Amino acid sequence: MGLTSSSTGSNLLNKELMNIQKKCDFTVAFAGNPNVGKSTIFNSLTGMHQHTGNWPGKTVSNASGICNYNNRDYLLVDIPGTYSLMSNSQEEEIARDYICFGKPDATVIILDATCIERNLNLVFQTMEITKNIIVCVNLLDEAKKKKIEINLEKLETLLGVPVVGTIARKRRTLKNLLNVIEQVCTKKRHLEPNCITYLPAIEDAILLLTGEVNKITPQDFKYINRWICLKLLDDDQKIIQSIEKALHISLHSDKIIQKQNDARKNFTKIDLDSNNIKDDIVSSIMKKSEDVAKQVCTFKNKEYNLRNKKIDKILTSKKFGIPIMVAFLGIIFWITIVGANYPSQLLSSLFNILQEKLLALFYFLRVPTFITELLINGMYKTLAWVISVMLPPMAIFFPLFTLLEDLGYLPRIAFNLDNYFKKACTSGKQALTMCMGFGCNACGVVGTRIIDSPRERLIAMLTNAFVPCNGRFPLLITISTIFIGSYFTGMTSSIVSTLCVLLVILIGIFLTLIISKILSKTVLKGFPSSFILELPPYRKPQVGKVLVRSLLDRTLFVLGRAISVAAPVGIVIWLFANITIGNVSILTYIANFLDPFAKLMGIDGYILSAFILGIPANEIVLPIILMSYLATGSLVDIDNTFAIGEILKQNGWTLLTGINVMIFTLLHFPCGTTLISIKKESGSLKWTLFAFVLPTICGIILCMLTTGVWNLII
Amino acid sequence: MTLYELPLNEVGIVKDINCIGNIRRRLLDLGLIKGTPIIPILKSPSGDPTAFEIRKTIIALRKEDSKLIDLK
Repeated sequence: MGLTSSSTGSNLLNKELMNIQKKCDFTVAFAGNPNVGKSTIFNSLTGMHQHTGNWPGKTVSNASGICNYNNRDYLLVDIPGTYSLMSNSQEEEIARDYICFGKPDATVIILDATCIERNLNLVFQTMEITKNIIVCVNLLDEAKKKKIEINLEKLETLLGVPVVGTIARKRRTLKNLLNVIEQVCTKKRHLEPNCITYLPAIEDAILLLTGEVNKITPQDFKYINRWICLKLLDDDQKIIQSIEKALHISLHSDKIIQKQNDARKNFTKIDLDSNNIKDDIVSSIMKKSEDVAKQVCTFKNKEYNLRNKKIDKILTSKKFGIPIMVAFLGIIFWITIVGANYPSQLLSSLFNILQEKLLALFYFLRVPTFITELLINGMYKTLAWVISVMLPPMAIFFPLFTLLEDLGYLPRIAFNLDNYFKKACTSGKQALTMCMGFGCNACGVVGTRIIDSPRERLIAMLTNAFVPCNGRFPLLITISTIFIGSYFTGMTSSIVSTLCVLLVILIGIFLTLIISKILSKTVLKGFPSSFILELPPYRKPQVGKVLVRSLLDRTLFVLGRAISVAAPVGIVIWLFANITIGNVSILTYIANFLDPFAKLMGIDGYILSAFILGIPANEIVLPIILMSYLATGSLVDIDNTFAIGEILKQNGWTLLTGINVMIFTLLHFPCGTTLISIKKESGSLKWTLFAFVLPTICGIILCMLTTGVWNLII
Repeated sequence: MTLYELPLNEVGIVKDINCIGNIRRRLLDLGLIKGTPIIPILKSPSGDPTAFEIRKTIIALRKEDSKLIDLK
């Protein structure tokens, strides 16, 4: 759940990037396999707070930031993590195009010191598209713990490019990296990458093609001639097209096609399957990586992964795997429920005191009554509601969830749940995007980029809102505490409330699977595609940093958004409640209009209008409901959940209303931000509308069913 | 023998990768080529997918895909 202002705000378009690039002295790209600590280094250097998490595919678009070192401005570009530059997934295309055609002054490739061998694959591939490479061996601390020794000097000699060792969490180790970046950018350091030598037959074929390719490539792209030849031999049309587009050349001239055919003929002569040139290319790279890794890494402890394996055995075991998962979620909710109550009360009493002072001030300044009412009863109260009801649960839930994420647990969830998603004919990675949805549905939707198959990606997008996001948790928690937890006392009460929220979430997950299956069998027909997921090693989360960052970045960002929506909505509500047409307020008109339909769903018109007004941000639904009741009915002092319950009960809420509101909270139209993300990601208004209608209909039907059954029984 | 049949914690050596298209490329990217040692180390609660150790990393594959990888 990468929810920060930078991850939602700075999906830089290439043009924007180019403009900033002009203002800086140098541009440096940061590439690397997923999950090697790239974002941590990037954040550390730029002072930015891109969200980091321990799972592959977290960064899905280029982010950029500026770093000043020795009075020079460096524009650092964080590229999505990729295993290779040869495939054609979206993030690999972004990475390849940027490194190759964006012409950064240096490209830093970050390696995970604990699996150099696999990581080197990317280094050798990148060498073919740019000369200015710096290799940064990160996570040296993890390697040390696992007793893996790495000879950095030797690696530098073998690769022919500068190698720096870093521990991303320790800032001072990054200084060496900056030094080398400076040397490379200012051309003080000569680089002579040791590119791969392929099988003799392939090398001959490259020679055959080079002449023709050299004639047409622009002067400053001569370096990639060899790479272009390889792609021509491999006949990878998608890459060839992107080269043609970027360099404004044609690689489909008769002469080139002629040479391509000649090369193929030669392959056949020596029994080389020309359709599988890529296998030979990859094998050569892999073998070289293996060879280099063998020379530089020493494993002093053969069982270096034992602890990791032991933990995995338990967390994915047949008996405990899924119960542990549910328990983790339950514990997080329970802590949130128990912990949020006190600060909530404290905040509301503070706001009440402040309100008195404000009223006195307004009176003193002789502000007209209308304005005072509008600002205090309309805007201020709504804001106070949003903050006191929403802030405490968020401030507790966010850091806890982030800890779990930092630990590396999310990929295990995907691993545990994959089979269910396979049965629903979708990708197991949907479990990951679903988990992101717990944080923020908009982020979950953007995160679906990690899913390769367009069909499965669309399904993941459409069903993302079926799990409640952080904006909806406080509402679920409050309602379950008031209407279900209140039947019990003490500890039991909080446990029952937790179980209730947990049940709602499990229903959400269950529906995600069912709806995915239905979509796969109807409008989005297809078979499940293959699923490949890396389970990264567990890492000790940086507890202090997580707390501070998730509080400052995520919580305040989400709260800021809620407040900026709540302030004008508060005014609108107050106006609606106080402008009357023939003795009836506009709000009552609207509520009365919606009421008959709402009654069928077992809720009332005010609640339904609150959900509709809450489209910009779900966080404000409960405050709007309360404001509507207070603005039209009796005004009481509210300073805790109990009092909220009193207001709701005075306005006709029963246990059934509570249950239905919880159902509708889980299942209704996604918030505005999510809808915009869906529109952007799917590029289709039709699917966006579908994403709006789908959960809403589910919610309405389920609410009506519950109400019907309830009325039959009671 | 296919990778799917390889018992937990036993080392297999890749002979052939019979997958095609995207998945084949992905497997190659992860360093799965002819001659690569591979060890199944974890099964998910429902028995599928299985996680394999490949080049010091852990990669999960579905049954359908691991059936297409032949071992020596």
